Order: sequence, then structure tokens, then C-alpha cells
Amino acid sequence: MAAADQPAVTGPVDAVPAVELHGITKRFPGVVANHDIDIVVQRGHVHAIVGENGAGKSTLMKTLYGMHKPDEGTIVVNGKQVTFSSPSDAIAAGIGMVHQHFMLADNLTVLENIVLGSEPTRGGVLDVRAAREKINDISTAYGLDIDPNELVETLGVGDRQRVEICKVLYRGARILILDEPTAVLVPQEVDELFANLRELKSEGLTVLFISHKLDEVLSVADEITVIRRGTTVRTVHPGEVTAHQLAELMVGSELPVPELRESTVTDIPELTVEHLTVRSEDGRAVVDDVSFVIHKGEIVGLAGVEGNGQAELVEAIMGLRPTESGRVQLGDRDISRWQTRERREGGIAYIPEDRHRQGLLLEAPLWENRMLGHQTQRPNVRGFWIDGAGAKKDTRRLIAEFDVRTPGIDVEAASLSGGNQQKFIVGREMSGSPTVLIASHPTRGVDVGAQAAIWEHLRDARAAGLAVLLISADLDELIGMSDTLRVILRGRLVEQVDPSSVTPKQLGAAMTGAGAPLEGSAAS
Amino acid sequence: MTVQDTSAPTATVRLDRVKPARRLGRGQLWLAALAGLMLLALVRVTTNANDITSGGTLGATIALGMPIALAGLGGLWSERSGVVNIGLEGMMILGTFFGADFAYFTHSPWMGVVGGIVGGFIGGIVHAVATVTFGVDQIVSGVAITILATGLARYLAGVFFTGQPGGGPTQSPAIPQFTRLRVPALDSFFGRIENHHWFLISDIAGLLRGLVTTLTPFTIVMALLFPLTWFLLWRTAFGLQLRSCGENPTAAETLGVGVYSRKYVAVIVSGILAGLGGAFLADFAGLYREGQTGGRGFIGLAAMIFGNWRPGGLVAGAGLFGYTDAVQSRGGAKSVHALLLLVAIIVLLVGLYALWRRRLATGSLAVVVAILVFIWYLLTKDVPIELVTYTPQILTLLVLALATQRLRMPAADGIPWRKGQGA
Amino acid sequence: MRDRLNRLALNVIAALLAGLFAAAVTSLILWARGDSPSFVISQMWHYGTQPSSEVTILNSATVYYLSALAVAIGFRMNLFNIGVDGQYRLAAMLAGAFGGAVALPTGLHQIAIIVVAMLVGASWAGLVAVLKVTRGVSEVISSIMLNFIATGLIAYLMRPTILGHRSGANDITTEPIPRSGQVPGVNLISSAGTKVYGLIFLAIGMGVLFHIVVNHTRFGFDLRATGRSSSAAQASGVSVKKMIVITLLLSGAMAGLVGMPALLGDSYSYSSITFQTGLGFTGIAIALLGRNNPIGIAFAAVLWAFLDQSAQILDINGIPKEIVQITQGVVVLSVVIAYELVRRAALARQQRRVGRALATVPAEMEGAPA
Repeated sequence: MAAADQPAVTGPVDAVPAVELHGITKRFPGVVANHDIDIVVQRGHVHAIVGENGAGKSTLMKTLYGMHKPDEGTIVVNGKQVTFSSPSDAIAAGIGMVHQHFMLADNLTVLENIVLGSEPTRGGVLDVRAAREKINDISTAYGLDIDPNELVETLGVGDRQRVEICKVLYRGARILILDEPTAVLVPQEVDELFANLRELKSEGLTVLFISHKLDEVLSVADEITVIRRGTTVRTVHPGEVTAHQLAELMVGSELPVPELRESTVTDIPELTVEHLTVRSEDGRAVVDDVSFVIHKGEIVGLAGVEGNGQAELVEAIMGLRPTESGRVQLGDRDISRWQTRERREGGIAYIPEDRHRQGLLLEAPLWENRMLGHQTQRPNVRGFWIDGAGAKKDTRRLIAEFDVRTPGIDVEAASLSGGNQQKFIVGREMSGSPTVLIASHPTRGVDVGAQAAIWEHLRDARAAGLAVLLISADLDELIGMSDTLRVILRGRLVEQVDPSSVTPKQLGAAMTGAGAPLEGSAAS
Repeated sequence: MTVQDTSAPTATVRLDRVKPARRLGRGQLWLAALAGLMLLALVRVTTNANDITSGGTLGATIALGMPIALAGLGGLWSERSGVVNIGLEGMMILGTFFGADFAYFTHSPWMGVVGGIVGGFIGGIVHAVATVTFGVDQIVSGVAITILATGLARYLAGVFFTGQPGGGPTQSPAIPQFTRLRVPALDSFFGRIENHHWFLISDIAGLLRGLVTTLTPFTIVMALLFPLTWFLLWRTAFGLQLRSCGENPTAAETLGVGVYSRKYVAVIVSGILAGLGGAFLADFAGLYREGQTGGRGFIGLAAMIFGNWRPGGLVAGAGLFGYTDAVQSRGGAKSVHALLLLVAIIVLLVGLYALWRRRLATGSLAVVVAILVFIWYLLTKDVPIELVTYTPQILTLLVLALATQRLRMPAADGIPWRKGQGA
Repeated sequence: MRDRLNRLALNVIAALLAGLFAAAVTSLILWARGDSPSFVISQMWHYGTQPSSEVTILNSATVYYLSALAVAIGFRMNLFNIGVDGQYRLAAMLAGAFGGAVALPTGLHQIAIIVVAMLVGASWAGLVAVLKVTRGVSEVISSIMLNFIATGLIAYLMRPTILGHRSGANDITTEPIPRSGQVPGVNLISSAGTKVYGLIFLAIGMGVLFHIVVNHTRFGFDLRATGRSSSAAQASGVSVKKMIVITLLLSGAMAGLVGMPALLGDSYSYSSITFQTGLGFTGIAIALLGRNNPIGIAFAAVLWAFLDQSAQILDINGIPKEIVQITQGVVVLSVVIAYELVRRAALARQQRRVGRALATVPAEMEGAPA
């Protein structure tokens, strides 16, 4: 293991660092999530903490935010040693956190979400006016542009993030932790966020910025601490390293690159969607007259800001959601009226976007999870009966072939790491020789090794002649892994772009409906 | 409550979600109430079933609706904090026993109120321990509490009431009751108008006479709990925190809100309210009787669902159930028969509205049902008395079948939550 | 395998601890009233183990077992059929009326009655299913309401002018079922002098069938998958709505059987006195106690029946026999808490084991492409 360097501290800083973490160790059942963590964060800095998924960044930040106590080590804030037993203690010490998964209650207003836990009252009554004034002040001061009276459920991703930031500022936080804040943003929104961060910095606030996107980190951070396998590897300045070197520090090798090899695209349509329209319960067209074709050996990427109909489109293709009109064709068979099970039996494999909700039975052993989605097919069943022996044997094959790290097949799915769960799902879905693969966010939240493996499996599937629909919020992944790239906006396919020439920025513009149409420029 | 179809696909974050159904303004509510009363008056004049708007019936509506409303209010507290409380029935049973027990042995109806609080508290704290601390499935815990409460009340009644005059394991002796606050002059004045059976005017007089003849101090104090709940839950910091636990407890936790303590308070208050509902029943009947609650805890829950997890709505729901209960218990078969006409008219209106909104399936179904009910009304003189007894339960089913889909329960309702499980 | 055995052992221990806790609470209550817990227990044990009591216990356990199986079918997919009570009574009443009205050869007659009971139970539960899948109404509330409505409907149908039959001064029953439709008892405990319901074998058969269907068939897999995660089951191709309907129909059909042992083996006609309300709720308690597992339920049913029967002796000693209802209630509540704790402990243990197992193969991890 690389020796932990002394944090190189240079530049104009206050004498007292904002945060110092020394020798932090945190254990969970069966795993040591963090050990011997040492980080010094200077006041007024944007300090990035990088590491791959599963390296222990989030655990560390939860420790700093008082959501759990470290087993060893000390936390020093503004020169004073502290122990946090709950987030309230951290909040009182001036620390605020913007979580990766937004912590907002949809059915409450922006104002209610922001003041929750630190409500201004007047004679016991919630002082809405005072709260509104304060929020508006913060919103103006930092350019957050939020309306306190709106219901959170009506907000988009970028708005929600600004509400989260406002929430933290409302509590007077001087130290902000942002956990993977750019994961769900398009490049334009990332720029806005960075502008906000610079604003905060200029006011003397300290930002801990957690990410695994190296380019972003290099552009925004004053200092970068790399975490690998639960411990700090090194702290560097952005000027003195390249993305390449950072990756080396982060995973010990180069980062895998999402890219396709020679084209395998045929002209045989395998999945054809024609004029598909899906309405939500309140009658809005969430998928609006969508048509596309995926050929054998082709990966079609679908780009869109979260919530623009991609989830509904996938569910409609899988038969999980009723469609209003249009048709779905598998090969030359019209499957519009088929049940989900028939579609799966017909050869559609499905990697769902939320593996815990839709991909796994968390409290069932792996071999039963192997049957899921294939519970009508050999080797899992024989006619009417479950074939436990067959399913178990095939599960052993699967974990060997797809490199799922598990002590056995009787282990419950919940016990595996995210990357291994996802590899398991990919392996399962590739079983039984499918002809179409619907992959929703296949590498979300998995470690670099699993990411590389999953990309390789996607390439293999393409080479084997599968028609693949790829949905992702990671624009590099989309651009690198797609033969054809479509953009969905408010339920409509608005553009087709050429993945070989489009930049993430251009794609981001298309996804938000800003910017000039790319069709002519990029595709030709 | 697990009222929503759990199989429904994920609701993802949307950019431009349509706002949920807007709530009615105060004026519109008064208008709706007036329209309802006019419809009732019309049905009364048509059918000659004068009891359906008599002072007696409306007075009984208050008395019978109050326990349901209190149980519903209990459900509201609990579910707003994210804990489904199907054990309301059991807590209510404890309320009836303890209410009667305290009132009888202290010779004071006010001590009966205290007894209701004690009984409900016991049930509430058990549910809180099981669901909040131990994370047991909330419906399982609620059912278990109801089973336990039934046994406990039966045992304690055997211990305390056996040997008392008229008492035994299934029944208490007569207990001291609250006296009704009567205003004799108004009573006879409204009574005279009522007896003229004028359209609308007599009906309003009946309503007023019901009000001035049935109120007790207990009723008045209980009635105050509804606006008080609204104030506490929607206008104070504590209320916001409590509701946030029902919407997104992990978010609340990350802001330093003590989720467990809020849920504990909510579930215990929930139990107390159900217990008060039980004490109210015992006071109204003048004794404790086994099976006295008769599923009112569950009906209260239905009233809360009907009221979309809001105090005003649940009062309306409880009023509806209390009214049907009053009509069936006083007028019996004839009045309920008259209500068939009312049901036919309302379902027809609902159906026509649905047709107008182009919801053809729902609309035509409703119209057909309306016609069938109308035919039933025409062809019969009364409704089987055995079924009439269960009018509130039948109505509960109908109301839920018509209303459930448009409702919005707290987002984290019914989901066991543990500290530090946040992503 | 080791995990499963461990978990089984843990569950048994949890159930025993819950039982001890309930006994302690009961003792405390007895003691508070000035009764001696040890005296009560020895009295109950003595009375409950007499041959005639044993027959009664087996008979009650048969009925409880069927009721709990009916509940358990729903529980296995997170569906709460609280309506077993109404389903069973309506089924017993209509099947009784049917059995008394038709003349069929022995063998066919019994089967016909049982089939009618299952159909009635299934239809009453079917209402719950329809309301749930088409209108989104919680099965908990609708099935409770249907229990009440069943009571009213039965009272109406039992009018002498409809299906009722006046037997004796005030007793109204259905027309008695002739000998060709009766199921004779079996002499399992010879010294008792009374016989055990012949349909005890039907109950055992149903338990076996339950086990096979739930654990070894495709349908059973879908059922369990839906119970563990309806969203994952749906994505895997299970039609959750269809499963809800089928499961509630099966649960209702099983509920229809609950009244059969007594109807065909003892009373031969339906009356609201013999077929009391509450059996469905007992079924819920026993299903919870037995962890929705046919063998666990069998133990729970016998325990429950033993408590019921042995408590009969208490009134003679001036102790309210309702004390056992407290025992039963506390057992159920503490056992669900104990099972939940076991579930958590087992999961944490497994995660630790997985962590250890993977940490012991670091070479493999280092060697893998990172």
C-alpha cells in the first residue's frame, strides 16, 4: 500500500484548518469501511475527496456529519476536538451535508423542507414569514433562485439540489459536504453548481466535494485527497497532477474507458417501437409518440435528464406499464399485447435501474435470485415444479463466469456489495440466450472493476448480435458505449446525435432542450 | 395503510408534475354541505321518511360519529408520523373498559374520560414499542394488539365487574354518565318547526335541535380536539417534524429531528384518542359491553382514508358513517330504504360527472349502478333489517371503492424505519 | 444449509422465549390478583392432558390449523386476509344449507358440500380481491368490513322463510345434513370415549399441500417472490394483480374449509351459536406464531387449543379463564418482536460471515483487474 503522505499544505490559508480527521476507523458487520483516515481541510477551500464507488467516501462523510460514530480516531473542527452523536451536533458545529440521494419530502413545500429541524417560531407557532424572508435572502445572496412556496415534488433535479444547498446554508453551515453532487446533473448544471461553489468559497465557506469524476475535481478543487479501499492514499494539488495520475492513485491502474470496438451493427431490426404513447395517471403523456429501431448487434443509447420519460418507456417496453397507443415489435412479432413474462420468455433481458427494488429479492438466497425473471424456464423449473438442483448448479456457473464475489450460493443477495449484486444481475439476464437487452443505468454505484466488467459484457452482448437499449445518467458511458444516441425530452425523442463526434456538453444541451439542434452539425 | 397498489411502477422525479387535486375552498365546502342538505330534504319529502333529518337522528349522528371520528383522528396522528395503526380497534376496546371501570368505581364520568386515556395509552405504547423500536410489521402489530386487548378487557371485566349489580365478564354495571346540556326553549321551538315537515326549513330545524339536545361536556371537549390537532400538526414546528417523519424520516433524521421520539408521541397520542373514543362509547351507552366497539376503530381508519389524511376530511367521513349508523339504529328499515333513493341520486350525479370528464368506463358503470339501486328502491318497501344494521360497514366499502384512488397518503406510511439506514 | 439450520434454531429459541415471557406476564397478573401461578399451571396441565381434553384439543387444533393456513397463504405474499372469519361463517352456513337440501350418495355428498364451502369462501374473499386490484382498496379494511356484512347476510339468509329451519323453540339452524353427507369421527385416543373429527386428515393433507405448493412449484415461487418484493416480482414477469386475485381466492377457499370439521363431524347443521365469530382472528394469531409455515402452524394450533381447553378448569377454581387470552395475546405480540430480532441478527451475522469469507481471499481480489 502506498504510504500516506503528509498532506501538503500551501497557499494562503488561515492558521486553523476547518476540519481535521485523524486516524478515523469505522467498521460494519464483516467490513472495515474506513481505516486510518487522515485529512486536513483548509478553511475557504474546495477540498475534493475522490475514490471509486465503494472506497468508503460516503461512510467517511457520514462520520463527519454525525450519522454514526467512528470506532477510532478524532475529528477536529475549527481547531476544537469534537464528538458528534447525531447530525444535530454536526449542524451545531457549522457542518452541513448535501446527500447524494436527495433528502427531501416530496409532499412538503420547499420552505417546510428547508426549515425542518430548525424552525423559527413565534409563540409556538411556525413563523412562516420569517422563514420565507430568510430563505429568499439566502437564495438571492448565493444565486440559488428557489421559490419557498413550491411543492418539492414539482421540482427537477437541479432545483432539488439547490434546495438542498439552501437547507444547509439556512442552518448557518460554514462547512459544506457535497456527496457526489454532479452524478445526476448535465454538464450545464454542473457549471452552474460550480459557479455556486465559487460563490460560497468567496464568502469564506469551506466545501468538501466528493466525487469520482476526475475532470470535474481537477477543475473545481483547491486540494484533492484520494481514498482507496477505505483509507487515504494521498493529498495533492490539482496543478501538480493529471487525471491520469489521479486515476492511478485512485484505483492503482488506469480507469476503464467506455468504448466500443469495430461496428457489429446489422440491418436486421430486432426491437422496433412505433408511435408509443404512455400516459401518467393524471393524463399527461409521459412517453409521447416515440419511435425507434434497434438492430441486431447495435447499442442504442438513450440520453435524458432523469424524469423525462425514460423510466416509463422502459417499463412500457417490458410490459410493466400500460400503453395508450403504438406498438412494440420483437423481431417480426408484435408484442404490444404481451405480458411481461411472455416478453421475457420471448428473449428480452432487463437490467432494471434500481437493483434493490426491481432486480433482487434481497432476503432470498442467490440461487432463488437466479430464478427471478426466468422462473418459467430451464434449468430453474421442470414443467410445473421448481428444479432447485438445476437452479443451484446454474448459479454456480453464473458466479464463476461473471466473477461474482460471494462465499456461496446460499448467501442472501443483501449480503453482497453493490458491484457484485449488479454483476450477478447482468449474468442472470444474459442467461437463456436473450436477443434484446434493456440496460437501465447498468453501472450506477458500482466499483471500477465491476464497471469495466459490465462494459465488457455489454460489448460481448453486442458482438453476439443482441439489440441493446442503454440508459444512463453518465454521459461518458452513453457516448462511449452507444452506436446510436437518441435524446429524450419531456417524453419525446427530440434528437439523434452521432456518438463519435458529440461532446458531453453538446449532449447536455440537447437533453435540456437548450442550444441549437445538433442533428445537422453532429450527425452529418 | 397499504391502500395503494404496491405493484404500481416507480414514480420517478419529474420535471413538470401536475399538481395534485386542489382542495376545496371554504365557500365551496359550505355550498357542498348546503347542497347535501337540500338533497336530503328532497329525499325526505319524496319518501316521507321524516326521521332521516329529524333532530333525534342528527343528535344521534353526533353521538355515533364522535367515536369514529376520534378513532380516525388517532389514525391521523399515527399515520402522519408514518405508522399505520390498525390496532385502533384494540385501543378503543381498552378505552371502553377502562372508561367504564374508572367511571363506575369513582362515580364520576370525568374519571371515565381519564380511564379512556389510560386504556388508550397502554395500547398506544405497546404499538409504539413493537413498531418503532423493534420495527415489527405495523399491520401485524396492530392485529396482535387487537387480539391482546380483547383478551385483556375480557379478563379484567371478569375480575372487576363480576359480583357488581348487573355486571359480569361481558358487561359492566350501569355507569354514571355525563348529563346533556339541554336548552328546553330552543328544543321545543325547533321541534315545532320540525314537525311541520317543511322542505329544507324543517330539516335545518332538525339539525339545530339535534345540536341543542345532545351535547355533553365530553362531546364539546372532544370536538375541540379536531381543530387542536390541525393547529398542532400544521402550524407548529413540532407538527412539521412529526409530518416529516411520515413523508421522509431519513431526511428528518439528517436534519437532527428525533424520528423515534416523534413517532412515539404520535402513536401514543393515537392510542389515547382511540381510547377516548372508547370511553365516549361507554359513556353514551351508560355501560361497558363486550364487542361494544363493533369495528368502529376500523371504520375510523376508513374515515381517515376518506378524509385524505386530513382532520376536516375525516370529520366529514366520520359524520357520514355516524349518520348512516344513526339512521339505521333509529329509523331502521324504512329510513334506510329512503336512503337508497339518495344513494341512487348521488351515484347518478357521480356517473354523469365522470361521463362529462370522458371517463367512460367509470361513468357508465356508475349510471348503471344508480339505475339498479333506483329499481331496487321502487320494487321494495324496506331493506332487510339484518343488513340494515351493517349500513355503515357497507357504506365504508362503497366509499373506499369510490375514493381511494384519488387520495394521497404520507409517502413513508407503513414502512418500518430504522435509525441510520439512510442511503 | 448451515445458515438455514441456524436460523431455524434461532426461530425456535425465539418462540420459546416469547412463550416464557407470556407465561411470566400471565403469572404476574395472576399473582397480582392473589392467585398462585404454579397452582394454576399445574391445574391446567392436569386437566389439559386428560384423554377427553386431548380429543377436544385435537378437534379445536384441526379447525385452528385450517384457519391459520388460510391466513398464511395471504401472509406469504404480504396480503392480510383479515376476512377469514366472515368467509368461513358464510361458507359453513351456505354449505350447511346445501348439504341439508340435496340428496347425494355417500362420498359424493361430502365432497359436494366441501366444494360448495370452498367456492363460497373463495367468492367472499374474491370481493376483497376485486376491490383491491380494481379500486386500490386496502384488503385489511375491506375484509374487516366484509366480516360484519357477512354477519348481517347470514342473519338475513337464516330467516325461516329463506334458508333457516326451526329446530326446537328458539333455535334456528339450517336443514340438518343427512347421514350420507356426514363424516364420522375417528378413534384416535381410545380411552377418551369421544372421537376426533374425521376431517383432521383433510387438515393434515392441506398442510402438506400448502408446503408443496408454496415451496416446490412455480406458483409458490411467484407467491414468495411477490411477498418479498412486489416490485422485483413484477419486473421478473409476475403479474402481481393476478397473484393477488389467485391468492385471495385460495385463501378464501381454505377459509371455507374451516367450518367443515364441525359441520360434517359434529353439528350437521349451521347455527350462529356453534359457528362463532373470532375463529378467523385466532387463525391470524396462530399463523403469526407458526411463522406461516405449515409445521410451525401445527405446533401453534395445538398450543392454542391446549390453552383454550385447559383453561376450562379455572372457572371452577374461581379464576377467570379469560386469563389465557392474555397469555395468547402476549405470546403473539412478543413472538413477532422476537422473530423480527432474529431476522436482523441472522442478517448481520451473515454479512459478517460474507465479509470474513471475502477478506480471507485477498490474493484473488488483488489479482482481479481493478
